Amino acid sequence: MKVLRRRVDPLDYAGRIWMRAFFGLVFILLYAPVVLMMAFSFNDSRRNIVWRGFTTKYYEKAWNNDGLIEAFVNSLTIAAINTVVATILGAMVALLLWRFRFPFKSAYEGFMALPIVIPEICMGVAMLAFFSRIGWPTGMPWPLNLSAITIAHIAFSFPFVAIVVRARMAGFNRELEEASRDLGASEWQTFWHVIFPYMRPGLVAGALLAFTLSLDDFVITFFTSGPETVTFPVKVYSMVRFSVTPEVNAASTVLVVITLIVAALMLRVQRQGQEGSP
Amino acid sequence: MSIISIRNVTKKFVGITAVDNANIEISANEFFAVLGPSGCGKTTLLRMLAGFETPTKGEILIDGVDVSTMAPNKRPVNMVFQSYAVFPHMTVLANVGYGLKVTGVPAAETRRRAEEALEMVQLAHLGERKPDQLSGGQRQRVALARALVKRPKVLLLDEPMSALDAKLREQMQLELTRLQEEVGITFVIVTHDQDEALSMADRIAVMQSGRVEQIATPELLYESPNSRFVADFIGKVNLLDAQVTGASDHGVTVDVAHLGKVTVPHSGGVQGMVSLAVRPEKIRMTVGRPDSGLAVQGRIVDWAYYGDTSHIHVQPANGPPMSVTVQNDTRSTIESGEVGDQVWLSWQADDTLVLDR
Repeated sequence: MKVLRRRVDPLDYAGRIWMRAFFGLVFILLYAPVVLMMAFSFNDSRRNIVWRGFTTKYYEKAWNNDGLIEAFVNSLTIAAINTVVATILGAMVALLLWRFRFPFKSAYEGFMALPIVIPEICMGVAMLAFFSRIGWPTGMPWPLNLSAITIAHIAFSFPFVAIVVRARMAGFNRELEEASRDLGASEWQTFWHVIFPYMRPGLVAGALLAFTLSLDDFVITFFTSGPETVTFPVKVYSMVRFSVTPEVNAASTVLVVITLIVAALMLRVQRQGQEGSP
Repeated sequence: MSIISIRNVTKKFVGITAVDNANIEISANEFFAVLGPSGCGKTTLLRMLAGFETPTKGEILIDGVDVSTMAPNKRPVNMVFQSYAVFPHMTVLANVGYGLKVTGVPAAETRRRAEEALEMVQLAHLGERKPDQLSGGQRQRVALARALVKRPKVLLLDEPMSALDAKLREQMQLELTRLQEEVGITFVIVTHDQDEALSMADRIAVMQSGRVEQIATPELLYESPNSRFVADFIGKVNLLDAQVTGASDHGVTVDVAHLGKVTVPHSGGVQGMVSLAVRPEKIRMTVGRPDSGLAVQGRIVDWAYYGDTSHIHVQPANGPPMSVTVQNDTRSTIESGEVGDQVWLSWQADDTLVLDR
């Protein structure tokens, strides 16, 4: 009996053995360093080269490192403020672009998205030049001393929120809004009872995006932070300049875990959003 | 007394006139249909009644109140949308109660009235479902209940059947008629489906390119259309070019390519070129020459079988082809003719209409 071989279509590339091997290699190169870093954060050795046994003492050490904890609190504070402001700002921009027609709308849409395409290093230099040119006050008490970094973070993260929310609203059936008005609801009631619930998955996804963008940003933060306003990524960078100790590994592992949790939440909310839409 | 008065209403959008000087009076408890091909302005007219568009000129009165510029949430009308527009994130019961909740009706009363409305559309058992767990027909009933629970003076329906399959459509048509009699509210339905309009409505307004062509009962619209467009749009019709040669008390005498000189009943003066209109089902098809009426001989060129009827195209010796509808009222009817046969077509002069070209 003749055995029929499965036909592999050109776009069915996962069906080819050599392609699968290539995927496997990419996967290893992508994740091996992260896994290695996490593993060596438990290594009982001052150096990062030889495995000397399991310990959690570097987590303890990182926990007792006041500078590191301060940087961590700074990062979370900035990320939290950034998330709230960037989400509100981004949602308002998205609603404006979705709902209204005005002159130079496409130009506005393009300019709004500029922070996404401008190289981060340029944004960082520009922010540094801007804040020093206008003489933004430094040396203010916490948390006002974080204002420059926070403003910079909002500036580059709100377009991401706007784009996510705008994409969500593109699927909104305008007849829902008209039905609400027809049934006796005012514009505000319609917004809160009909438009906002539809927008919510986009808002949550956008907010989580803004949160993670802010939490792990290094380049722009590096240019806008002063000596007493160090964030977590900047602190890790300064620690690495001396040597890559397991302490740095431990701190980085914590950041990776936080980012993973946020990303998982984001995926979950988005899936719920897809189920909720008609 | 009219519940709705549309007076000299014109709606212009950039570049086009969607509604051109419309005048319609709709009386209370009437089932009124606005019928026309897509793009004729019927939906714009409905949206002006609901308040989503403002007339460029003219005025709209609902129950004696000028609502031309009134906001949609202030009007005593409710609408069933083409997409049904059922709120996807609310349960069926919350959807139906929405219009009461936002206008400050107490929660207990809202719930009671919403449940009553669901009962009316036979969905009482599905109150806790979400819309994505309902079929298209059920979603439409939710939209209906949601509009009726507000006890509006007028219910507007925008192409409500277009998304339903044929069987369900027929069932909903009957149900809508029943509901309308039950609740005693004026229904205004917009549709492009002539069967829907003819079977449900008390009166129909036929629209074309923004203008109201004719407002009449279904019977009058079908049997006495006042223009070529209406005759052609509602049902099928054979239109024959004719030259008026004389007029008398009995009617007009016309010269037709098919028939020669014939006299058909008509009141009112006509001159020059006109169209003679005759419906396909008013025509008899026989093998021998008929004794009376107007008669044309021709050859069968096409025979389309529809089960209950057959539509036959006959090509006369000169002039355009004519269509005939034959009732298949016996099982042997289908054997009574074949493509290529020579037949006679005949009809009564009384069944012939004279229309301006």
